[in-house]
Amino acid sequence: MGIVVRNVGKRFGAYTALEDVSIEVPDGSLTALLGPSGSGKSTLLRIVAGLETPDRGSVLIEGRDATNLPPQERGVGFVFQHYAAFKHMTVRDNVGFGLRIRKAPKAQVRTRVDELLGLVQLDGLAERYPSQLSGGQRQRMALARALAVEPRVLLLDEPFGALDARVREELRDWLRRLHEQVHVTTVLVTHDQEEAMEVSSRIVVMNHARVEQVGAPADLYERPASDFVMGFVGKVNRLPGAYIRPHEVRICDPREPGCEAAEVERLLALGFETRVELRRRRDGQRLWAQLAPDELARLGLEPGQEVGIDLARARRIGDEALLAGTAA
Amino acid sequence: MSVAVDRAVPLPASRRGARRRVDGAPLLRGAVGAWLSLIVVLPLIAVAVRSLDNGLAGFWKAVTAPQAVAALQLSLVASVGVVAVNAVLGTLIAWVLIRDRFPGKAIVDALIDLPFALPTIVAGLTLIALYGPKSPLGVSVAYTRAGIVLALLFVTLPFVVRAVQPVLAELDAEVEEAAHALGASGWTTFRLVILPALLPAILSGAGLAFARAVGEFGSVVLISGNIPFRTEVAAVNIFTQVENNNPAAAAAISVVLLALAMAVLAAIALLERRSTRHERVD
Repeated sequence: MGIVVRNVGKRFGAYTALEDVSIEVPDGSLTALLGPSGSGKSTLLRIVAGLETPDRGSVLIEGRDATNLPPQERGVGFVFQHYAAFKHMTVRDNVGFGLRIRKAPKAQVRTRVDELLGLVQLDGLAERYPSQLSGGQRQRMALARALAVEPRVLLLDEPFGALDARVREELRDWLRRLHEQVHVTTVLVTHDQEEAMEVSSRIVVMNHARVEQVGAPADLYERPASDFVMGFVGKVNRLPGAYIRPHEVRICDPREPGCEAAEVERLLALGFETRVELRRRRDGQRLWAQLAPDELARLGLEPGQEVGIDLARARRIGDEALLAGTAA
Repeated sequence: MSVAVDRAVPLPASRRGARRRVDGAPLLRGAVGAWLSLIVVLPLIAVAVRSLDNGLAGFWKAVTAPQAVAALQLSLVASVGVVAVNAVLGTLIAWVLIRDRFPGKAIVDALIDLPFALPTIVAGLTLIALYGPKSPLGVSVAYTRAGIVLALLFVTLPFVVRAVQPVLAELDAEVEEAAHALGASGWTTFRLVILPALLPAILSGAGLAFARAVGEFGSVVLISGNIPFRTEVAAVNIFTQVENNNPAAAAAISVVLLALAMAVLAAIALLERRSTRHERVD
């Protein structure tokens, strides 16, 4: 097991950041810690890195008890949201920092840094200063710096949080491919469920200082263990005592058995999908359906139109049969 | 007509701001220039002119007089030494005041400014009372070079401390954490990551401290005893020349003192520039 966290608790004064948290991160996996701000995910990551000390519980890195080790001796690579670049050093010196302080021979440092700069696609920028790089480039430099010392585990704390949407998108993609090449056990902290689902193979959902659910992205989406996970992972329509994903809402003929009468209130074209906002006739319940553009064209919907909705795929919250096999 | 069109289409805020600034600038620039001339440039020219009252030969004679040379040398060497001590201790004090927590920290922090607030002659009196011939501590540095260094250390204490404090407080904690995660010990992190970030502030504090020390008069004049060739600093030597009704010599020595001070300040500014070059590259 790459990382094992057992019964870790952490308080900051009266505030509980982590309440008896246990997780396991398999060797070589890319695991996301997903949760809203204040859920304790960053604190957990910092405890794994040794930047924060847990009040109780233990941390094992590759089978070795690291609970009382300082960060210097844990063999972790850490990447911060705001890059934490050494501003007075060139890109080359930033990336080579870990090797230089280990007194590695100069030629070896040079070769290794060049190799890493190639890996993160910053070749040719070695002699620049961080202030001359874009945000995305700085973060790739920070990643190369963390990888230079061949860490046992790579910890990324909201690494794309400070970047604009397009660069985020690119870097997510790039990180996934990089992980396929490097295969170091990686933990990514994020509050963005799309990012977690796109990049990682396993997601640990956290809320209010606890782990809500652990699973593959599809598991969390299809079989959320709690109301919170259901709402946080993926879009959802909440009905009285039940929920349904927007893509599960079927538009049908109101006379068809199993269909309920509803009115189309608004159509929102978002390019690759269309949002159909509906209002159920029976009780005025509002919900929305997600349709592909060609499906919409086939149905020929208009605002104000009377349609049928089939909610057969709605699931009841806490229904053991429907929410099976998801105990964290 | 064109004015009307201008009004009808409001300019973006930034351009409007730029226009207003262009209107005000020449007047303001003129006022600043006049003020600086009056306060700084004219007096300097006056001293330079006065220093040549007895011709070039007189100037040369005044500044190569053994007593003047000794005084200039003493001021320069003592100031450089004091600045070096300040750079180290000032950084250390700033470190403790920012990074440590202890009872009475606010009081200690306020004490740093005391040498600034005290009239220098009062500082001199204080020092002679404490470390003079009648020292209650039994330690007398009166009429010695050690006494001069002590007085200069006293009056220049705040410069480096106050320059470093805000920079140290603003340092990004994550940068240190990044160094730790990469395997750097506390000392290595300080040496390779923190110190380079503080260096510009240390140098600028050191520059101010030097400027103050090299021309210091009030705090030194009592404790040094002003023994020619031994404890007479440049400022006191200049004063002596004035007292002896030799204003041309006083002016000549002043010019040299000024030139030396400017040379050292230029060197410090150069170092400061080098230590911040990563901020200027484009």
